Amino acid sequence: MRPAISIVFFTVSSGAGLGLLVLMTLLSSLSAVHWSAQQQRMGGACAIVLVVAGLCASTLHLASPHRAWRAFIRVRTSWLSREAVLAVLVLPLAVLWTWPGLVSQSLHAALGAVLAVLALLLIYSTAMIYASLKPIRQWHTPLTPLVYLSAALASGGLLTVWLTQLEGASAQTGLVFVTLLALASTALSKLAYWMRAARMDGATIQDALGLKSAAQIKLLDAGHTHRTFLTDEFIFRIARAHVQTLTVMFWLAGLLLPAWLLVWFPQAALTAACSCLLGLFAERWLFFAQARHTVQLYHGATQV
Amino acid sequence: MKRGLVIDLDTCVGCHACAVACKEWNGDSALSGPLADYEPYGAAPSGVWFNRVRHYETGVYPENKTVNVPMSCMHCEEADCVTVCPTGASYKREDGIVLVNQEQCMGCNLCTWACPYGARELDTASGTVKKCTLCADRIDDTLLPPQDRQPACVLACPAHARHFGDFDDPQSQVSQLVAERGGVTMLPELGYQPVNRYLPPRNAPKVSVMTTPDSASLMHKVSGWINKMIER
Ligand code: SF4
Ligand code: SF4
Repeated sequence: MRPAISIVFFTVSSGAGLGLLVLMTLLSSLSAVHWSAQQQRMGGACAIVLVVAGLCASTLHLASPHRAWRAFIRVRTSWLSREAVLAVLVLPLAVLWTWPGLVSQSLHAALGAVLAVLALLLIYSTAMIYASLKPIRQWHTPLTPLVYLSAALASGGLLTVWLTQLEGASAQTGLVFVTLLALASTALSKLAYWMRAARMDGATIQDALGLKSAAQIKLLDAGHTHRTFLTDEFIFRIARAHVQTLTVMFWLAGLLLPAWLLVWFPQAALTAACSCLLGLFAERWLFFAQARHTVQLYHGATQV
Repeated sequence: MKRGLVIDLDTCVGCHACAVACKEWNGDSALSGPLADYEPYGAAPSGVWFNRVRHYETGVYPENKTVNVPMSCMHCEEADCVTVCPTGASYKREDGIVLVNQEQCMGCNLCTWACPYGARELDTASGTVKKCTLCADRIDDTLLPPQDRQPACVLACPAHARHFGDFDDPQSQVSQLVAERGGVTMLPELGYQPVNRYLPPRNAPKVSVMTTPDSASLMHKVSGWINKMIER
C-alpha cells in the first residue's frame, strides 16, 4: 500500500496523545499521582494538541473534506465512523478534565476514568480500521490493534514520565515500569506481526483469477498504458535497503534508546519520547509500505 | 433478486469494447457523473474506469494460452466496501446492486481498500469514489426497448462473452450458464460472496509441436558444433 504521510502522522501523533491522556487520567483517578494545576494544564494541552494535529492531518487525505461531518453516520458497521464519534467525545471531555476548576473534585476522578476508557477505545478503533480489511492479509490480525495500543501507551508513557518531572519530582517507579512494559509489548507484538507476515500463505494469482488448476499464470498486459488509481494506491515497491534502515530506526530510536534512557537517565524523558516517536514513524510507514493488497495479484504478483 | 454478470473467459477476445462502452455510457450518466480523464492528450493519459480488461498467459508452452479477464464490481453479497463506509454513501440495493451516493461520499478511500478486486476508484476531479452501477439507469428504464435494458458492456461485447441477469432465478440464462459451464468466483476464500461469475476457458485439444529429437546422434551434434565454430 502507498504510505500516505498524513495517515502515518495521524496514527502516531494521535496515538501518543491518547496514550498520554490514558496514563495521565488513570494515574490521577487512581490517586497514584497528584497533578498540580500547572502539570494538568500542560499534560492535557500536550495530549489535545497531539490528537488534534493528528486528526487535522487525517482530514487532509479526504478528497471531499467538506463532507467529513457525514462520517458519524455508520457507527453500527464502520470502524472509521466509530473512530470519528469517539474522537469528538474524547476531545471535549479532555478539555473539561484539563482545565482546572471546570468540574468538581469528585467528578474529576470519574471523568478521568471515563476518559481513559474512551481514549483506549479510540486507539483500538483506529487500529481496527486496518485490521478489519480482509484484502490485506498482513493487517488482518489481532496483532494490529495490539501493536497500535502498545505503541500508543509506550510513547504516551514516556511523555507522562516527562510530565511527572516537570516540577522536580523524580519519576514514579510504577509509571516507569508500565512504560517499559509497553515498550516491551510493542517490541514483541511487532516481532510477531513481522513473523506472521513473512509466512507465505496469502492468496495466489490462481485464486484471484478463479483458475485454480492453472499451473502457472503470468500477466501479459494490465490493459492500461500508464499509471492508474489502482497502481498508485496498491502497488508500492520499496528498496530492501530502505526497509532495513527503517527497521533499524524502529528498533533503535523507537524502543532501545528510550528504554535505556528511561532506566539510566529518567530525567531525559522528553528526549526519550521524541526518539520513540521518530521510531514509531518509521514503523508506521513500514506498516503501510509492506502491506500487500490482493489487487496486486491482478497486476501480476503471484502471491500476496 | 441478485443481479450480476456472467463473463465467459473462453470467448472473451480482450478487445476492451465493454470497457469503452462502459466509460461512454457512465460518463454521461447522472448516477456517477462524468468519469474523469487525467491528461487525456498528455504524455501519461489516465482516468477513472469501472471496467478494466487485463490479459494473462496460463500454463506452460506448448500447453499455454492467453486468457483475457475483464473485471468490474462483483456486487458482492457480503460487501465489506459497504460496511466500512463511515458516511453511508455506499449502499446495496434490494436487487443486489452496490452503489455510491455521489452526494454523500467524502472521498476517504477506505472502501477502495476494502474491495479485494480493485473495483472502486477515486475520482480526484469530483473527490468521490466511483464504481460499476451495473447500468442501474438503463436496466430499469421502461422507455428503452426490452432487449436494450441491459448493461452497456453486455450490449457492446462482440463475442457475446458477457451476460446479465438474476442469479436468484435458477431458470435465468446466467444461472443456467453457470450450472452448465461450472462458473467460478474470484477469491472466494475472502468470503465476500461475489455475485459475478466467470466461465473458465475450455481446454483446447493439445497442439502438436515440432521438437528436436533428444536422440540426435553424436555425429549430428559434433557436425552442428563444428559448423557453428566455422561460422565464427
Ligand atoms: S466487488 Fe468490491 S466494490 Fe463491488 S461489491 Fe464487492 S467489495 Fe464492493
Ligand atoms: S470513500 Fe466515500 S463511499 Fe468510500 S468509504 Fe469513504 S465515504 Fe464511503
